[in-house]
Amino acid sequence: MNKCAERLYNGVIKENPTFVQMLGMCPTLAVTSTAINGLGMGLATTAVLTMSNLMISALRKVIPDKVRIPAFITIIASFVTIISFLMQAYTPDLYDSLGVFISLIVVNCIILGRAEAYASKNPVIPSIFDGLGMGLGFTVGLTLIGIIREFLGAGKIFGFEVTTKLWDPIAIFTSNPGAFFVLAFLIAGINAFAIRKAKKTGGKPKLRRIDTCAGCTNLTCAGRRMADCPEGEDEADAEETAPKKKEFFDIENDVDVKAAIDKPGAAEVKNAEPIEGTMTLDMTTGKVTYTSPEEEEGKE
Amino acid sequence: MNIFLFAISAALVNNVVLVQFQGLCPFLGVSKNTKTAAGMGGAVIFVMTLASTVTSVVYYYVLTPLDLQYLNTIAFILIIAGLVQFVEMFLKKKVPSLYRALGVYLPLITTNCAVLGIAISNVQDDLSVGRSILNGFFSAVGFAIAITILASIREKMERNNVPKAFQGGPIILIAAGLMALAFQGFSGLL
Repeated sequence: MNKCAERLYNGVIKENPTFVQMLGMCPTLAVTSTAINGLGMGLATTAVLTMSNLMISALRKVIPDKVRIPAFITIIASFVTIISFLMQAYTPDLYDSLGVFISLIVVNCIILGRAEAYASKNPVIPSIFDGLGMGLGFTVGLTLIGIIREFLGAGKIFGFEVTTKLWDPIAIFTSNPGAFFVLAFLIAGINAFAIRKAKKTGGKPKLRRIDTCAGCTNLTCAGRRMADCPEGEDEADAEETAPKKKEFFDIENDVDVKAAIDKPGAAEVKNAEPIEGTMTLDMTTGKVTYTSPEEEEGKE
Repeated sequence: MNIFLFAISAALVNNVVLVQFQGLCPFLGVSKNTKTAAGMGGAVIFVMTLASTVTSVVYYYVLTPLDLQYLNTIAFILIIAGLVQFVEMFLKKKVPSLYRALGVYLPLITTNCAVLGIAISNVQDDLSVGRSILNGFFSAVGFAIAITILASIREKMERNNVPKAFQGGPIILIAAGLMALAFQGFSGLL
């Protein structure tokens, strides 16, 4: 398979942003009340993603490493502005129904994620197809959720009446709570499939999770930082098998380094000037650990 | 509309997470226990109020006189990203006690779409600077309420026997969906 086709396959199927990586939750839930809204949002995101990947990849040798994130954000925001004006001019109805979420494409972490993980490291042509693939994967996800919600909630698909005359539609599916329920059952379905497959092969099922950083591709993606993610491919497995992180040791200040190394979970050290000690947010347990220098001395 | 109604509208009736679907990532990701959730809520209140203030001042006193309103998305995201960095550095140096309480959450907020979303809807709805500040503050209070409630539900859920397929993501989404259902009831308040 050549590189471009591989990128498209990767984006649409293998690393589908909606169903596999579980990224971009806000638009996924917010604008999928009808299939056409989902499709419009997906295509707008695809356009921004493709163009920003193109631009970032072309400029990857020019942008200094230290200011790359602000530079990426500026490029992405410019394209979002352009797309937003084009939509306002040519598809005013869609523009009105998507509302503020068109501007919010800027903070969709799929885009910054692809910029950071792929476009900033690869040549222009594969980057374009990477953006196209990821964008189409997102479009497929949003449209599918939109079709399900519109069918259940309004008895229509893409605005065409299907079952409106046969039974009363369940209106809750087009309103907000319905979005959560539909997505929950879709993910549960995928999980159930994965569990069944794992039983046949005897392996461990790979459950989809939204509360960990499994799909994290960039530094601040989705409010979860790479630094907080434990190593390893399967997040769920890592959490189950790894010993719970309870304490963090300030290795630089701790005289008894050996003890710190012997204890499992000694990790990341952040040392700020006026605040002595370490403060860490553990994403797997959700606990904030603060170790003051006095406590550390006490441990010695 | 008086301040009280405005507050109820921003915090409950138009709840930023459950009704407007903004800021779902921290809502689902950082709600494992109540204490962390409350910390995140506090940090969002702080940043969102500040961001609403700065963005609406910049919009009305810099972008509007220069006829550059169309650049609001670019300007706002850069302002918010810079602001969060600046606040983090400032608190670290000058107010260590506050930094200790909110510090770890600050970098997580830069890409929180609720902050940008509120800043943009402030100017789209033509709210004055004062109203924008109030809207930012009360929307963030709404976020804090929602994330704290979800965290307490999740703490209770730890002891329940959830079907394997629903573990992790789906059951949290269902809990959030039921909360959204409950919050829809607030629309009768106004």
